[in-house]
Amino acid sequence: MLDDMFDEKVAAETRTEIEEHLRDCDHCVVTLNTTRKTIEIYRSHEIYDLPTGLRERLHKAIMAKCKKGC
Amino acid sequence: MVTHYPSAGPVWFPAPASGKLRVPGRYTFCAILKGFPQPTTMATIQPIAENEQHPDVALVERARAGDVAAYDTLVRKYDRQIFRIAQHITQNREDAEDVMQDAFLKAYEKLDQFQGNSKFYTWLVRIAVNESLMRLRRRRTGKMVSIDEDVETDEGSVPRDLADWAPNPEQNYTQSELNEILRKTIQGLPQGFRVVFVLRDVEGLSTEETAETLGLSIPAVKSRLLRARLQLRERLSRYFKRKKATASPAEKGV
Repeated sequence: MLDDMFDEKVAAETRTEIEEHLRDCDHCVVTLNTTRKTIEIYRSHEIYDLPTGLRERLHKAIMAKCKKGC
Repeated sequence: MVTHYPSAGPVWFPAPASGKLRVPGRYTFCAILKGFPQPTTMATIQPIAENEQHPDVALVERARAGDVAAYDTLVRKYDRQIFRIAQHITQNREDAEDVMQDAFLKAYEKLDQFQGNSKFYTWLVRIAVNESLMRLRRRRTGKMVSIDEDVETDEGSVPRDLADWAPNPEQNYTQSELNEILRKTIQGLPQGFRVVFVLRDVEGLSTEETAETLGLSIPAVKSRLLRARLQLRERLSRYFKRKKATASPAEKGV
């Protein structure tokens, strides 16, 4: 429901109702904010980075096979 | 660094002033938390107008015609994402390297089969997901592995740890400590939830693309995504929750 609300797809009446609820409910606010933070942290941190050396090695191997017609 | 959110950032709701947790009334957080705002821009998947051709289409056409350099461009464009997805599914570095190579080689072999009615990237992801699951199956000596594995769990349906988090809690850890926490936490998710979370929230596929890639219904993707997010949130709370000593006067009920 909330993603619809932020995408401006939710009816004004529903939006007001949700915002009203959030103003008075710590439970939802904490859950909402910390879950958003969870998503943001995972989006902004590449936990499995591909090191440049490995990238180049894999890249060369792929392209060598492609040039041979796999 | 990947930046997915629009510059304005998400809207954060202020904590109610009461300072006390109230049991939800006729609303529950489950009714409220049906989803979260989605990014408007992605690192590699730029929104394309309906009548505008995705730049990958021309590269695919050139590669089909034998232009290896065009395929080289596509490999460099998506290799990091494919490696990450493979690593998330296989949870093994060597397997992820093999999957990355195999996925790009298989995609090259099958370029003629690419219909163009889906994005090249999502088509490539589908190949990589299948290769990753095959690799896992081999590792488990033939035991069937699917994205439906271990999804029948009630964990994540109800947030239990309601402790609020410290502001910017990730800053309390070094980069390597944080990576370890994030890795350990996401590895603990059931496979079927983890794959949906990675494709949808980390790699930025739409709900429809995630459903198509994994062969799931849209409601199944939404349900798994919500449960994955809630499970991750709860598991991260043990590292990120606000320390009592730093609680504000309002939180102490002063």
